[in-house]
Order: sequence, then structure tokens, then C-alpha cells
Amino acid sequence: MTKPFRGVMLLTIAVACMALAMAVSNALAQDIKIGASLSVTGPASFLGAPEDKTLHLYVDKINAEGGVLGKKLQLVIYDDGGDPNKARTFATRLVEEDKVVVVVGGTTTGATLAMAPIFEDAQIPFVSLAGAVEIIDPVRKYVFKTPHTDRMACEKIFEDLKARGLTKIGMISGTDAFGKSMHEQCLKVVGNYGITVLADESYGAQDSDMTPQLTNIKNAAGLQAVVNPGFGQGPAIVTRNYKQLGITVPLYESHGVASKSYIDLAGPAAEAVRLPAAALLVADQLPDGDPQKPVVVAYKRAYEKATGQPVSTFGGHAYDGLFIVIEAIRRAGTADPKRIRDEIERTTGFIGTGGIVNMSPSDHLGLNLSAFRMLEIKNGDWTMVTATH
Amino acid sequence: MRGIFSKRRMTLLVLVALVAVLPLVFPSGYYYRVAALVWISALAAVGLNILMGYAGQVSLGHAGFFGVGAYAVAIGPARLGLASWICILLGAAASGGIAWLVGRPILRLKGHYLAIGTLGFGVLIALVLTSEAKWTGGPDGTSVARLAVANMRISGPTAWYWISGFVLVFGAWLALNLEDSPAGRALRALHDSEIAAALGGIDVARHKLWAFVLAAVYASIAGSELALFDGFITPDTAGFLHSIELVAMVVLGGMGSVLGSVVGAALLTTLPQLLTVFVEYEQALLGLIIMLAMIFLRLGIVPGVQRMLARSAS
Amino acid sequence: MDGFATMAEFLQFAFSGLTVGAVYALVALGFTIIYNASDVVNFAQGEFVMLGGMVTVAVSAAGIPLPLAALFAVALAVGVGVALHRLAIEPAHGASPVVLIIITIGASIFIRGVAQIVFDRQFHKLPSFSGDAPFVLFGATILPQSLWVMGGAGAIVVVLHAFFERTILGKAVLAAAANRLAARLVGIDTRLIMTLSFGISAAIGAVAGILVTPITLTSYNVGTLLALKGFAGGMLGGMGNPLGAVLGGLLLGLVEAFGAGYLSSTYKDGIAFVMILVVLFVSPRGLLGRRSVERV
Repeated sequence: MTKPFRGVMLLTIAVACMALAMAVSNALAQDIKIGASLSVTGPASFLGAPEDKTLHLYVDKINAEGGVLGKKLQLVIYDDGGDPNKARTFATRLVEEDKVVVVVGGTTTGATLAMAPIFEDAQIPFVSLAGAVEIIDPVRKYVFKTPHTDRMACEKIFEDLKARGLTKIGMISGTDAFGKSMHEQCLKVVGNYGITVLADESYGAQDSDMTPQLTNIKNAAGLQAVVNPGFGQGPAIVTRNYKQLGITVPLYESHGVASKSYIDLAGPAAEAVRLPAAALLVADQLPDGDPQKPVVVAYKRAYEKATGQPVSTFGGHAYDGLFIVIEAIRRAGTADPKRIRDEIERTTGFIGTGGIVNMSPSDHLGLNLSAFRMLEIKNGDWTMVTATH
Repeated sequence: MRGIFSKRRMTLLVLVALVAVLPLVFPSGYYYRVAALVWISALAAVGLNILMGYAGQVSLGHAGFFGVGAYAVAIGPARLGLASWICILLGAAASGGIAWLVGRPILRLKGHYLAIGTLGFGVLIALVLTSEAKWTGGPDGTSVARLAVANMRISGPTAWYWISGFVLVFGAWLALNLEDSPAGRALRALHDSEIAAALGGIDVARHKLWAFVLAAVYASIAGSELALFDGFITPDTAGFLHSIELVAMVVLGGMGSVLGSVVGAALLTTLPQLLTVFVEYEQALLGLIIMLAMIFLRLGIVPGVQRMLARSAS
Repeated sequence: MDGFATMAEFLQFAFSGLTVGAVYALVALGFTIIYNASDVVNFAQGEFVMLGGMVTVAVSAAGIPLPLAALFAVALAVGVGVALHRLAIEPAHGASPVVLIIITIGASIFIRGVAQIVFDRQFHKLPSFSGDAPFVLFGATILPQSLWVMGGAGAIVVVLHAFFERTILGKAVLAAAANRLAARLVGIDTRLIMTLSFGISAAIGAVAGILVTPITLTSYNVGTLLALKGFAGGMLGGMGNPLGAVLGGLLLGLVEAFGAGYLSSTYKDGIAFVMILVVLFVSPRGLLGRRSVERV
């Protein structure tokens, strides 16, 4: 035998082994298979990890209570690490190998946009958990999403600024996907509120010091407020630098920092910072008549009990996505993907952690600005801002 | 090694056989997709192998060229109205040109300064792709128009399996020919000892430069393929981690071995699919595998296995 | 803008640059020490910084007082550094520089992978050593912790200098760096010297991580970018020159801060890499490089 020929044999064996290992065992056909590709690891893991935990928590719970339509739910979750190319491969795998009937998530916008065409082609409904407005605008027949768009966050902030009579602002945005997308959306709608951007700065996702950029903003004549679109640790450092430089005008963060870890990381510097966020963060402070109160309080309790970690709005997006899908399956009375899609689109009056969802053929998000609450950080905790007129 | 069963022909035969036979055992389109991804990565790895295996230099920013190729087919058709296949060529030309410009001054230095220079250059490309959102769509990425030939849109894993498989065989054929050409022999002489090669009258810097340019063109074409296949691309494709992944493919498979580059690409592409159960440990495992392979299997998998077999046979 | 405001602005940028630059300098210094002793370009250098911060956070969260936790973190990083040399670099003895580079890259991926399992993927903070009330100087502000970072970096440089110039062991390290064969001939245990260098580098990295975490926060993946930036600083100063590494790191921090302040913040992260290329094109020896570029 020649040397290369042995190589061939070895390679063939190796490939055969791989093919075998790749073959996924098909579970009982009666189960309703729900798929997901989330960024459980990687730079967006602080979004993906709570989503992952939430899906597991509630699917187990539903199964323990007897499942849906008398069938058990089966959850297939892959970790794309935020890499769109991997996400697309997992999307193909969910469709072709796992034969899921519906998909919840997509953690990042990039992963969502990479996966969307696969589910469109396969006619599998796909409820994304990512932020950008591009996901649902223009509307794709099989693609939905649960989180508020970044444009809505901008509008909510600008509404609040206008109400306080602040019209000259500085912006400091992260150059990560979230910060950049929101920055763009904010610039698109800022004119509608009669607000002008005096200084427009940015920082890298892993930057450790933003005082130079903030110094430039501080020196802009007539500055009345600063808006910081960004997520991750960046906003916490911006907030600390803000305090260090002694800037006194109001600071607005985005819904991207809507988790307790922001307050912990930014420390006392976070006092009086405002941000738009879902009711979930102030679950216990909601008035008793608020229709969202029972839902958000129950989710918060369940999540914190199961994980021992404070609840974040990101896990809430997964909760909303899962239950929109389950209610659609119940209404459809079948696990047929097309029927599920039709019923998701007919979702009305669904009370989730993010707000009250009313979808339609032209609106695959179904939330309006009222879903956002303007929060202010006081004494190291979130408080609701009552209208300032 | 002459004659019909030369190493070159055997390698090609193996590749052609693999590409032709694998679909017989594929149960679904998902397998076509993973295999197509393997062929695409393998093309970039085979190119990088020309630089690493033949010329003994390493590029730590090779994904930058991959990104140039990918964004060429994303931006060209959408913004300039050019045909996709022209953009593949333009991307390849741009990558080769950039490699020539960057490599020329650096490769005159002895030692491994190319690794450092390409590292910086790769990060810069990724940064430009992230920052110039008007053109590139920014960090969220941008969608890519489908490849169309004679008004027929080419998409789907099966079509791309055959395209990428064919391109890989062609690329491997070129690389193997190069290996046996006078230029290839000069490059290998250079890998063994630069001083000896220089004394033998070989223009060391020029040969290294051409190896670098060629490697960049391979990566660029692979990038174009991936972008057209996925229909969507983000700047991460050009990032440092992807560069490392490409280098790891070449060294795992075996520097200097074309088949090795394909095996390396296959391993690193399928690993995340196999390890979905051990997601938590994926990164640690990957690092461990790279370290262990470099320490104990310094030749790489294919040459290492070949040597082991040769020893047991004799 | 009046003169005072201009001056305040300038100072503010300088403070920012020096704080960040001090960290780059320490990473670059760590690179240089290992490079000199063993010719290895250690891409896992940033992971030592990460370990310093993360281990201190984890240990002090368990109720151990901060100074003790910090000490433990440094010791652990040294252990990892020594293990890196003994278990990964030494067994590959005689391998080409490319192979060694790839081993250290593999090591950095491995350390990061283990860190995210042992710790978590969240960001963490440490309390500032001397409070958070900034000092005001000519209208610019500086945090007490920044002074800790700069002072710490300065102290490390002084201690290292004394070690290399005043102690037998230090001189042996220098001798081994200058000519390994000659050093071995005069009876210096070069293997021990290399292990020592990895240990010292790891300690420097860990200290940098501990000092800077109260300002910049830390997580399992802060190492990669720091390694690249520190490496750029080392290149800028001249590969293999400890003093050059420190100056290169500081300079890089300053250029980044002034670039972000006066020009644009969009390409701030690119500055380091443009500098690498410029150095390579114009003067491969860097600012204070060694005589020879080639290391055969």
C-alpha cells in the first residue's frame, strides 16, 4: 500500500465517524419541537444566558403541568456564540435535522438576520429576541420579534427630554452592534422632537476609559443632557467617568443596560441616571391595577428562585417569545408550522414582560411606546418616573 | 514520487473522491451546508498553507483578506451595480494588491515580522468594516445578493456544496502544481534555510512576497464564496479570532500538506457542531487541542499520521 | 475656548492616556521579559492581567480581605505562568517561532475557556483602594486609583531594574537573554531562568490586572485586546527592550487618548495597529530597539 492510500483510508474512516456522531437521535415524534439558537457564550452572553435559562425553566414547567395540546414540549437549543455564520448553520440544523416546528431566538441582530432567510424558505415561524428594527421592518412573513426596537428607546428618551425642556444634547455611543444601531435610529428621529445633538462621540466595545470623549461633550456650549446608547460594561464605565468629570446635566442610558449588574458596576455614579425599560425591572413597584403586574411579578419570582440571579429584561424577551408561541399553538390546535405562524400574527392583548402585544400582518412586534417605562436610579435601585409636566 | 501515483495526483484523487462520494451518505441539506463550509474554509487554509508550509511565514491577519473578498460581493452588487462574479475577481485583485503593498516592505526583514504586521493589518480591516456602516452595514452586518448565472439565482446548500467543492479541487491543484514547480522548490528551499536559499541565488523576499499575495487571493475568494453562500456577512468574518482559526487549521492538519489543510478545516468546522453538548467547554477544549497538537504532533495530523504509518510499515 | 479650559482639556486627555498607557506598559514589559529569555512572543500575556483581576474578585467575594485576595491572585498567576513554560513551551523545545506563537495563542484560548467555566461571563468590579473622590488639578480630574495604577507601574519598573542590575540572579537573566549558549557555558541554568521569566511576567500582568480593575472592570475576556495593545506598545518601543516597552506602552496610551480627544474616537482602537505597521515600515527596531532585527 502506498503511503497516500493509507491516508485515504484513514480519512474515510474519520469522515464516517464524524457523520455518525453528527446524526442526531430523533426523539418521540409526538413531541412538539421548539428550536433556538442563542448566544449563550461570547460577547452577547449576558443577553443569551438569561434567555437560555428562561426557556429551559418554562419548558420544564409547562411539561410538568402536562404540556401543550396533550403533548410534551421538546426544546432544542444551540449556542451560536453570537457568530452569524454559526447561527445560520444551526438554523439549517434546526430545520433539516431536528425538524422543529417553531423557533424562539436569535439573541443578536446579526444572528437573527443571518438565520431569517432559512426559516422563511422552510416556512417555520421564527420569533427573534434581538433588538434592531430591521428584523421586522420590512415585514418578513415568518419572522417576529419580542423586544422593543432601539428606535422606540430613542423616542421614549426624547419624549422625556422634551417634557423636561431639554433640547441640546450630547451623544456617546458604543461601536458594538447595539450601540451603533441605536445611535443611527436616534439620529433619524431626533429632529421630530426639536432636539439637536451638539456633540456626537463613540467608544469601542472593550474600551476602559471614556474621559477624552466625555471631556469633549462636557465642553460643548449649552449642553443640557447626554444620551448613551450602548450595552455591556461600556455604559457602566461611561457613567463612572461622567461622575469623575463632574458633569452635572442629566445622563440617559438605554434599555441595553436594563439589568441590575449595571447599577452594581457603575456604583454610586449611577444615581439619577434615567433609562427606558420594560415594567419587569420595577415589578414590585407597579400599581396593583397594572395589567402587567401579575405576569412580571410571577416571572421575576420564578426566575430568581430558579437561578439565584437578579432578573433582567433580556430573559423576559425569551419568556414573551415562548408564551406567544405556546398560546399560538394552543389557538391553532395543531403543531403545524404554517398554522402556528398565522396564529402568532393574530396575537392580541398578550400580556408579557415587555408590554402588551398586539400583532398584525403589518406589525410583527406589536408593542407601542407605552410598553416602555421611564426609570430613574435612586438609592441603588430602579424607580418609576412619574410624568413631569 | 514520480509517475501516475505521485503525491500530487494522489492528493487530488482523494479530494475529488471525497467531494464526489460524500453526498451519497448525506441524509439532509444540513450536511451539505456543513461540508460546503468545510470546503470554503479549506480553500482559505490551502492558500494560507502556501505561505506557512512552503514559505515558512505566518499571517495572523489572514481573515482580513477573507473579509475583503466577502465584502466585495456584498458591496459591489448592492452599491455599484456590478455583477457578483466580477466582484469576486475585484475582491481577489484588491486582496492581492493589498498583500503586495503590505508584504513588500515587511518581507524584506528577516524573521517573523510578517506575523506582527499582518496581525495589525487584519485588525484594521475588521475595524474599517465595523466603522464604515454606510457602506458595510456596520457591526450588524449586511445582506449579500445571490450569485446569478445567466439569470439563474444560485443558492442553497447543495448548489454551494458543488461550487465550493469544485473551487477547492481547483485551488488544491494549483497549490500542488506550485509545490512541484521551480518556484515551489525555491520556496521550500527557503523554508529550510533562508541563508542557504539566498546563497543558491534565490530572491528570497520576492518569493515570500508572491506566496503571501497568492495566500491572500485564496482567502479572498473563500470569503466571497462564504458571503454568497450565507447571503449575509458581518465584520467578525475578518476578525482576529477567525484569523487564528485559519492558522490553526493549517497547523493542525499539517504545515506543507494540502490534504492536511483540508483535514484541519474539516476538524475545526465540524468540532462546534459535534460539541454542542459541551458548549461550556468548547473554548477550553479548542485551546487545549491546539496546544497539544503543537507540542506532540508538531508535524500536524496528516504528515504525522503518514510518518507513523510509514514507520509501522517498515 | 480660553486658555484655562484648553489646558484642562489637555491635562484630562493626558491623565486618561497615562492611566491606560501604564497598563499597556506593564503588558508590554511582560512580553519583553519572556521574549528576551526565550524568544517566545507570548500571546497569553493578556490572560495574566485577566487572572489578576478575576481571581481577586472571586477570592475577595468569598470573604477574604482584599490584600490577601490580591496576593493569592498574583501567586496563582505565577503558577499559571510557570506551568505555561514547563508544560507547554518547554516540551516544544526547538520548535519554530511560528509553532511557539501558536502554542501561546492556544494557551490563551484555553485559559480564557477555563476562566469562563470557573468564574462566569459577567463583568465584575473591585472597590477602589483609596476611594472614588477625584482630585482636581487645573480643571482636570484624576481618580486616586489612577495614581495607584501609575505608581504601581513605576514601582514595578524600579524593582525590576534593581533586580536586573543589583542581584546575581537578575544578572544571570540578562546574560541568558544576551547569549544563551555563553550563559550555559558559564554555568547558568537557562531552564530555570526561562521559568523565572515566565513567573515574573505573569506576576507583572496580574498586578496590572488588580490595580486597574477598580477603574476598568474585568471579565474573563479582557485579555485579548490588552495583549494586542501591549504587544503594539512593545513593538513601538523596540522588541526586546524593557525600557522601550514601558515607554512604548505609555506612548500608545497617550496617542489613543489624544487621538480620541482631539481627532475622532471612531478609529481609536486602530491607532495601536497603525503604529505597528508604521514601525515595521519605517523603523523595525522601534524607538529603543536592539542592534539587530534578525534573531536567528
